[in-house]
Amino acid sequence: MTELAKKRPEFRNINAFKDLTTYRMTPAAWVSILHRASGLIMFLLLPFIIWMFDTSVSSEISFAKFSAAFNIGIGFVPGWFIKLVALALIWSYLHHFCAGLRHLWMDVSHSAVNKQFGKTSALSVFAVSIALALVLGAKLFGLY
Amino acid sequence: MSVNYGSKRVVVGAHYGLRDWLSQRVTAVLMALFTLALLAQVIFSKGPIGYDKWAGIFSAQWMKVLTFTVIISLAWHAWVGVREVLMDYIKPVGLRLALQVFTIVWLVGCAGWGIQVLWRL
Repeated sequence: MTELAKKRPEFRNINAFKDLTTYRMTPAAWVSILHRASGLIMFLLLPFIIWMFDTSVSSEISFAKFSAAFNIGIGFVPGWFIKLVALALIWSYLHHFCAGLRHLWMDVSHSAVNKQFGKTSALSVFAVSIALALVLGAKLFGLY
Repeated sequence: MSVNYGSKRVVVGAHYGLRDWLSQRVTAVLMALFTLALLAQVIFSKGPIGYDKWAGIFSAQWMKVLTFTVIISLAWHAWVGVREVLMDYIKPVGLRLALQVFTIVWLVGCAGWGIQVLWRL
């Protein structure tokens, strides 16, 4: 083995605080990691999603309970917190949806797989998902 | 699709992740179409949406069948995705197995609950 080959450095462990903070993330990288994060948020909040489905469709009484959870609160949880969680889910869904369409587009179109499209499509994902999340969030919190 | 059982099992090489990749895409398209179908019904309903209109959307038989399919799709899609995330970030085998078992229990449980709600409508 030559001297050079022996000294070849190996970087196996990425330190979350020392290394990750030095990464310069491109828009496509942000879309990618947030695709995972939003998926995980929806996965973990799945019981809450089904609870909303259950209470909103089961009966008139449960529907009233559903509305009250958002307007007044439920148990020790205030209504604004339920709304905030719902907004997190709305954003997660929108981001995951838009980033997913971007994925599908790149799967079927070879001409879409290049640096330029990667950047512009990533920015479009943010533009659409954040704008829609703001509009729906404003509606949710009764701003209009 | 490559053979993944018996003596002719393909253990390495290309196409190994094709099934997961393809099923994640197919389930994603199904859920996206469901989103549009639900959204259309909400947008084109007249007047404010109360309990009757909201529950009415899901009580139509075709919508029940579609929603059922989407619940199954969602569990499958999430399983592929979460498994991928666990394979990337969780290296100790024991912990990864435990989390994968938790993921399956979580998804099957939630899917069961969702289907129960749907079927008593």
